[in-house]
Amino acid sequence: MSNVAIRCENLSKSYLIGEVERYQTLRDVITEIAVGPFRRLVHKNGSRRVENRSSIWALHDLTFDINVGEIVGIIGRNGAGKSTLLKVLSRITKPTHGSASVTGRVGSLLEVGTGFHPELTGRENIYLNGAILGMRKSEIARKFDEIVAFAEIDEFIDTPVKRYSSGMYMRLAFAVAVHLETEILVVDEVLAVGDAQFQKKCLEKMKEVGRGGRTILFVSHNMSAVRQICTRGLQLGRGMVENSGDINKVVDRYLAASEVRESRSIETPTFVLHSVAVTPVGEEVLKTFSQVEIKVGFTAKERIQDPGVYVSILTDERFRLAGLDLKDFCSSNPIAAGEYVEKGFVIDTLPLLAGRYHLEIHLKDMANHKVEQVPETFAFDVAETPVYGGRKLDVWFGNVGLKARSLNGVSRSDTTS
Amino acid sequence: MLFALSFVPLMTAVSQNQLEVLTLRIVPPGRWPSLDLRELWEYRELLYFLIWRDVKVRYKQTALGAAWAIIQPVFMMVVFSLFFGRLAKVPSDGIPYPVFTFCALIPWQLFANALTESSNSLVGNQNLITKVYFPRLVVPLSAVLSGVVDFAIAFVLLLVMMVYFGIVPTWAVVTLPVFILLEILTALGVGLWLSALNVQFRDVRYTISFLVQVWLFLTPVAYPSSIIPERWRVFYGLNPMTGVVEGFRWALLGKAAPSLSMLLVSILMVLAILIGGLYYFRRMEQTFADLV
Repeated sequence: MSNVAIRCENLSKSYLIGEVERYQTLRDVITEIAVGPFRRLVHKNGSRRVENRSSIWALHDLTFDINVGEIVGIIGRNGAGKSTLLKVLSRITKPTHGSASVTGRVGSLLEVGTGFHPELTGRENIYLNGAILGMRKSEIARKFDEIVAFAEIDEFIDTPVKRYSSGMYMRLAFAVAVHLETEILVVDEVLAVGDAQFQKKCLEKMKEVGRGGRTILFVSHNMSAVRQICTRGLQLGRGMVENSGDINKVVDRYLAASEVRESRSIETPTFVLHSVAVTPVGEEVLKTFSQVEIKVGFTAKERIQDPGVYVSILTDERFRLAGLDLKDFCSSNPIAAGEYVEKGFVIDTLPLLAGRYHLEIHLKDMANHKVEQVPETFAFDVAETPVYGGRKLDVWFGNVGLKARSLNGVSRSDTTS
Repeated sequence: MLFALSFVPLMTAVSQNQLEVLTLRIVPPGRWPSLDLRELWEYRELLYFLIWRDVKVRYKQTALGAAWAIIQPVFMMVVFSLFFGRLAKVPSDGIPYPVFTFCALIPWQLFANALTESSNSLVGNQNLITKVYFPRLVVPLSAVLSGVVDFAIAFVLLLVMMVYFGIVPTWAVVTLPVFILLEILTALGVGLWLSALNVQFRDVRYTISFLVQVWLFLTPVAYPSSIIPERWRVFYGLNPMTGVVEGFRWALLGKAAPSLSMLLVSILMVLAILIGGLYYFRRMEQTFADLV
C-alpha cells in the first residue's frame, strides 16, 4: 500500500456569485421548468448551465499529495481557498471538477463546539458533540474523564452550557474535538480561542497528536503556531497552490510577500485612502526589532489646510498597543483636493513579538477638527525570530519585545540578530 | 432518563471493522447517487443522539413538559367531539365518537408534527451541515422519529379511554405495528421531500401549516371513510394517511376492516413517495452545504 493519505487531482470548486442565485424562489424554478426544455435544444452539447452564470473558483485545479504522518500547515490570505479545501476533503461539500482520494477516516474540526446545545449540560454535550464529530459512544465514554480533565470544568459538568463562561465553553468544545481519533485530522483556525494559557495547552496537544503518526491538515493565520506544529507548508492563493515544501521556507516566503498591502480605495467622509504599506528596511521579512517603514497614501476630497495622520498598532484581539501621530514629528503642508500624498513613519526597532497585528488609521483635517477613522484595519505579520539569546518567543511573553539585557554578568549573545 | 438507554452491544461489532483503512474517492456530484443505506446504519448512534437531543430539549423549558404530548390531541378531541360528534352528528361507525376520533388523532398528530419538524430540520441544523460530514438523511429521520416519544405517551391515554368505554380490541390488534410503520414511513417520505425542498426554496416553510390543515380534512380523522361513496374509495386511498387512520381504527377499535383496495393504494403511494423522496434527497444533499 502506498503511503499517500490524501491525493488531490485537479480538484476544483466553483461557487456561483450574485445574491439572486442563492435562494431560488419557486417562481424561478417554475419558469425554469417551462423554459428549460427549449433552452436545452439550443445548447445541444448539454453543457451545464452552471458555467454560464458568473462563478468564482474557490479551488482551481489543485493537485498535490499528502503522505501519511505529514502535518501540513495550509496558509494563505482570506479567500485563498483554505477553508473550501478542508470542506471538500471532509466531504461537507462536493468538488465541481477533479477528485480527491482520502485514505482513512477523516475527522474535521472546522469549528469548535459544532452542535453544542445551550440547554444541555456539559456531560450531555460531550456525548452529543462527540457523536456529531463521528465518535462512538463507547469511545466517548472511555475518554470522558480525560476530556473533562482537559477542559478543566469538572465541577460544572452537570450545568447547562448556557451558563458557562465563553472560555469554559470553548475549553470544553476543544477538549472533545482533540480527543477525536481518526487517521486524518482536518483543523481550521480553532486554536484562536481561549486565553493564552489554554492556547498553549491546545498547541501542545496538537503537537502530541501529530507525533502519534496521524496526518493533520492545519489551517491557521497564526504563523508561529503553524511553524511549531507543522512539518510541511502548503500556501494557497486564489484557489491554487502557490508554494509548497518545508514549513519554515513556505512561511518565510508568505510573510515576505505579505508586507506590501494591496492598493484599494477606501473612503472616509473627507478622504480616500489608496494604499497602506508596512515594509521592513533592508530585510526580506518583518521581524522583531526590524527597522520598519509605515506608509499611508491618500487623497482628500477637498482642500485640507492642515492634514494629519494617526496610525495605531492593534493586537489580533484589537487591543491598542501603540500609536503614532504625524503632528508630533512634523508640520504638514496643505494639500489640494484630489492631490495624492504619502505620509508615514520609520520605526527604528519594531518592538513587536511574532504574531499578527493590525494597523488602524485615522486621517485628520486639524483646521476643522475632523478626525476620520478608516473603516478597515490592515493586517501584517511579524515573523518568528530568535529574540533573547537565540530564544524564540511565543504569546506567553506578550506582544512587546523589549531591548533588554541582564543586570548580572555577561549576556549570552547580543539581543538583536 | 433516555440517556440510560444503551446501544453498546450493537457498537462493538462495528468498531472492529472500522480498523481497516479504506480509501475514499471524493468526486463531483453525480446525477444518480446511490442510496447507501449501509452508511446510514453506521451512523445510527448519531441518529440516536439527535433524537435524544430533540426530545430532551423540546420540553426542557416548558412548564408542563411532556404533558404537551397529550394536551394537544385531547383538546382536538374535545372540539371535534363537540362540533362534529354532538352538533353536526357526524357518524362514527357505532363507536363512541371521542374514542373514534382520538384513535385517529394520535397517528395524525405524529404525522403532522413529523411534517413540521422535518421540513425545517435541515435549515434548523445548518450549523451541523456546513461544518461536519454525516449522512444528511439522519437529520430529517431524527426529526420524524423524535415524535414517536410523544406518540407513545398519547397512546397510553388512548388505552385508558378504551378501558373507560369498554372497548376490547379484536385479533386485528396484531396488525397495529404494521400501521405504525406505515405511518412513520409516510411521514418520513413526505418529510424527505419537504426538508430537501426547503433548503432550496424557503417557500416551503409557509406552506406547511396550510398543508397540514388541508391534509387533516382529507384524512378520515373527524369522520369515517364509510361516508365516502364506494366508487371513490380507491382514489381516497391515494392519501396514505387514510390507510393509516382506518388501519388504526380496525386494529384497536374492532371496526370493520378497511377496504383492501384502498389500503393497497395507500401502501403503494407510501412506497412511491418514500423511494422518490430518498432519491430526491440524496441528489439534493450533495449541494445542501452550499445552498443552506
